[in-house]
This record gives sequence, structure tokens and C-alpha cells, in this order.
Amino acid sequence: MMTPISEDKVLNAGTKVRIRSIMPPGHVRAPSYLRGKSGVIERAIAPFPNPEQLAYGLPAKNQMLYRVRFSAAEIWGKAAEKPDDVIEAEVYAHWIDELDTVDAT
Amino acid sequence: MGGQEAGPICDEQHDFSLWEKRVDALMILCSSKGYFTVDGLRRALEDMGEDAFETMTYYERWIASINQNLIESGAYTIEELGAKMADVQARGETYGEASLG
Amino acid sequence: MPHDHHDHLSPSGHPYRKDDDTPISYWQSMEIAVRELLVEKEITTFEEISAQIEKMDARSPAIGAAVVARAWIDPEFKARLLENGSTATADLGFDVGPMHLIALENTADTHNIVVCTLCSCYPRNLLGLPPDWYKSRAYRSRTVKEPRKVLSEFGVTLPQSTQIRVHDSTADMRYVVIPARPIGSEALDEAELAKLVTRDSMIGTGLALTPNA
Repeated sequence: MMTPISEDKVLNAGTKVRIRSIMPPGHVRAPSYLRGKSGVIERAIAPFPNPEQLAYGLPAKNQMLYRVRFSAAEIWGKAAEKPDDVIEAEVYAHWIDELDTVDAT
Repeated sequence: MGGQEAGPICDEQHDFSLWEKRVDALMILCSSKGYFTVDGLRRALEDMGEDAFETMTYYERWIASINQNLIESGAYTIEELGAKMADVQARGETYGEASLG
Repeated sequence: MPHDHHDHLSPSGHPYRKDDDTPISYWQSMEIAVRELLVEKEITTFEEISAQIEKMDARSPAIGAAVVARAWIDPEFKARLLENGSTATADLGFDVGPMHLIALENTADTHNIVVCTLCSCYPRNLLGLPPDWYKSRAYRSRTVKEPRKVLSEFGVTLPQSTQIRVHDSTADMRYVVIPARPIGSEALDEAELAKLVTRDSMIGTGLALTPNA
């Protein structure tokens, strides 16, 4: 079960998250190879204007920017060179779902 | 692009030419003056599609994107650009001859 | 028709490069037209454009190397650099502009490497403009999936016990790697240490040079 994070909540380092797997056309700032993948928050950086609005010259709302850490195994499966190598990327809050720590489903 | 198949990494390096440095400078100046953002630059680059990556050089793609963003932000009109480019191309056969500045 | 280009000097007073003698391309004519329109509209000036080019030309990996060398000899500075790369670098007197910098430390068991899969984001205010390969499809596509193979193409082979951390520079932060200080560099002063810090070692595709190697 996943919980979309509310706007004023800041996720702490270590929180388990999943990147949304939607694939809209146009300028999006979550790399496609990370969509649908699970990782942990490495750190909350700061709020920045939403680049997906800035890209079209629109007024941009601040979105919290996170660094999210993924294992190579999570992203590439058996194709990973070494499963516990790490990939870290910056992802905006509106691309992140918090994974419930107690997953009853 | 992350994770896609691709060939070996080529370690050739070229010096940037003056016109490329000017494109770079225009991007920095126009974005610092609020005409568009680096996000707008990226958006127009992406909209050119995969083909542009093969057929245009890095700064060719950049000037195309900068121009797209400047027209969208109203810095000048397409008509003004068309007239100016015709004027520039009539000045001479080389970049050095056609460039005033 | 013979051309004498000696009188064609750029606004900064330097001669044009040779490529200015080749037939003008469509995109070059667009650059000239855009630049002149922006000057006519008083959005910028030719002088401002030249000054921006000179400012960018003045930035090179030597700045990053000086920052790394300081971090090697000054643990307190290194701690500040890891805490906030931008302010620590500015404290050394380097103007990095509005860049948000994160420094990543290589250790005995961790190796960091930086890529931008979405475009070609690079800490240009610290290292100058990126090398061509950093902007290539090959580097951007492969580094997140097969960093060890990419590193081997750069001549770097790391033991399996070293964890590789690939940093995809997807948004507002820029990254610089603090390479591990090489063995045998204990007696060197700060300026000598800086000479061991290559551009590639600060991207993570290389290691710092070994003294007298």
C-alpha cells in the first residue's frame, strides 16, 4: 500500500519510497529508468520551483526536492553489474509515494 | 536515456569555437534575466526528438532551443527573426564575415 | 576570392578561430541573428556577451582541484565542504554563482561517479564546461547501468569490495567528487597536491594521480 505524501510533510532520510510509474508526455523530471522503482530517501534537500511548470513558462509551485537511493539490483535486476552498487538521483516530491513501513496488504 | 544500450565512450575532445561560446553565453544571460529557465531549454531540446541528437551538434541544438524559448517569451517575433537571418546570410559566406559583434 | 581575416577580431580582441573561415551554417546564422536581436531589443549588449564568455573561459578544473587539495589537508574544511559544497567553496574565494553544490567523498570502500541522464548538468562554475564525452549518449545511457564497464574504459578498475555510487544529476544540485588522496602524497604541499587532482577524478571517471608516476 502506498501513501501519496502530503504537501507540507517532509520525508526523513531512510524513509522507504517508490517513484511513480506514470509516463506522461512532455517535459518530466523523473528519469524513466527509475519510475516504479523503490528506494530510500538519502536526504531532503530543499524546496525548489517545480521544473515541469517552469519548463513551459508557467508559474511554478515549490516542491520539495529529495535525493533517493536505489540499489542496482532494484533497478536492473539480474542485469546489474553488482547488486549492492548504488544509484542516487534527485526526485521531486510529486513523483514520490511513501511506502508504508507496515505493509498489511 | 539512462540505461539504454549505447556504444563505447569516445574520448575525443574539441575546443569550443567562438560561436558555440556565444550560444552558451546567450543561454546564461537570457536565463539570468528571466526570459526563460534551464528547464525551458531542456523541454525544447527534448521536443526536438531523438533524431536531433544524431543530426545536430550540441550547440546547434542549444541555439534552436534558445530561439524557441525566446519566441515563446516574446523577446522578438518570428518575422523579426526571419528578416534578421536573411540579412545575416546575405553578408558573406563565412561566419567571420556574417558576424558583426 | 582571397580573404584577409587578420582584421577580424572578436570583441574581446582575440582572433577568430579557424572555423570562422568555413561556410556559415544555418544554425550559426541563427546564433548571429538571435544575438543581434537581443542587443537591438536592449536585452543584452555585445560587451555583456563577451564578458560572459571570458568569465566562463576563466573557469577550469584548476578551481575544483584547489578545493579538493584544501579538503585533503584540512579536515575541518572537508567537513564543511561535505555539509554545504556551495558555501564552503565560496569561503575559499571562488565565485560559483547560484550553483548548489554537493561534494561526494571517495573512501577506501566507496567510489562516486557523476552523470546526468536527462541532459548534461555539470558543475560548470567549479570545473568549467564539460568534456564532450560527458554530454554523449553513450556516457549518459550506460553509466547508471554498467558503471564498472564505463570506468574500465577510462582505465579505472575497482575491486568488487568497493561500492560504486552513481549520482544522476537530474535536478537542481551539481556534484563534485573528492577523490581519495593518493598514497605517497603525504609530504606534498597544497599547490603540489592540487596538481594531482584531474578533471576526471572530480567527475568520478578517474582517480587522483600518483605523485611522480
